[in-house]
Amino acid sequence: MSAIKIPPVLRPSTGGEREVAADGGSVGEVLSSLAEQHPGTKAQLFADDGALNRYVNVYLNDEDVRVLDGLETPVADTDTLVILPAMAGGR
Amino acid sequence: MAPGLDSRPCGGRYGDLVGAIGNTPLVELKRLSPTPGVRIFAKLESYNPTGSVKDRVARALIEDAEDKGAIPPGQTILEPTSGNTGISLAMICQRKGYPLTVVMPDNVTAERTQLLTMYGAEIVYSPGEQGSNGAVAKALEMADTDASYYVPYQYGNPANPLAHYNGTALEILEELDEVTAFVAGLGTGGTLMGNGRRLKEHDDGTMIVAAEPLQGELVQGLRSLDDGFIPPIIDLSLLDRKIFVSNRDAVVWTKRLLAEEGLFAGVSSGAIASIAVRVANDLGEGNVVFVVCDDGWKYLSSGVYTKSIDELEADGTLERASFW
Repeated sequence: MSAIKIPPVLRPSTGGEREVAADGGSVGEVLSSLAEQHPGTKAQLFADDGALNRYVNVYLNDEDVRVLDGLETPVADTDTLVILPAMAGGR
Repeated sequence: MAPGLDSRPCGGRYGDLVGAIGNTPLVELKRLSPTPGVRIFAKLESYNPTGSVKDRVARALIEDAEDKGAIPPGQTILEPTSGNTGISLAMICQRKGYPLTVVMPDNVTAERTQLLTMYGAEIVYSPGEQGSNGAVAKALEMADTDASYYVPYQYGNPANPLAHYNGTALEILEELDEVTAFVAGLGTGGTLMGNGRRLKEHDDGTMIVAAEPLQGELVQGLRSLDDGFIPPIIDLSLLDRKIFVSNRDAVVWTKRLLAEEGLFAGVSSGAIASIAVRVANDLGEGNVVFVVCDDGWKYLSSGVYTKSIDELEADGTLERASFW
């Protein structure tokens, strides 16, 4: 099982859990497993067309999956997925 | 006759301080290189007049507005910024006679407030827990309700990446025939987009790598994911890798830059250096260039240069502080 780190903004939908374990061989499968366990997260993670919500950044360990293979990016059991909201940076 | 100077002044090359922006040193950091075949270079943007890469951006934003006739003399400028862009704009606006108001989070270091005040800018604070998102939202709201402001808007203005496309990247290519990887911080996206486009035009094999801050829990004060923000100038397809760096790693590498190379850099530059070395580790040979955005002066009060990592962890600095 992979670990998914949940940001504060999503925790009301995971019963306050900061980390959730989920099965899946790809980023999309792992996130779908999260959405099955905690249905409140589904509409926040995915757009109507099934793509990743524009303002959700998902990192495989510490690399943004959008710059890898998106939802198709392979995930190993030892990997950690980190979900973070897209925030303004810069100064 | 007086003897000649050993170190000659610039001989009037620059007509004023704004003209002295850019042409920063590119310096090899040999001790950082993990293997003899890979050379790591730092583009020292801290050498700009107000001490950061944002001098290039601020000059481009103001000159773009002037060229378009968008800002008559005495026009008030309004910009969301958590520091460096504000400081650069403040210097340039002071030189050019434009009053400046900046909106920034209330948890930035005291030095940034002092510098802005020193240059005569007016400061409006946004809630620190909302990070830069809060500053952007507040500035746009102020501009909506008061038409007397001109907002250059670094997050969406093509003049921002163009400052690098026409400046920083050309300077790098003047000194290096080949850039295997270019690493910079992801904030507004200006540095990565402008340099990335130019460097890929020169060699489409150049890897463009973004280092981004792992926002601490306290600056994740969003009400919902729909309050997220992606700067409009960012085109993710230009990036080959996008990697986040924790405050802890950023501080560790900021200290290493100082200890191993004598480079007194800001904390975001430590984060960028950590990714540059990681990328260098994956290469057998080549040149890795990374951007040192600013130096450490503005972060001294945070204690990151004088306290140990354990002390910074214990007193909450690593969790709380906003270094980017």
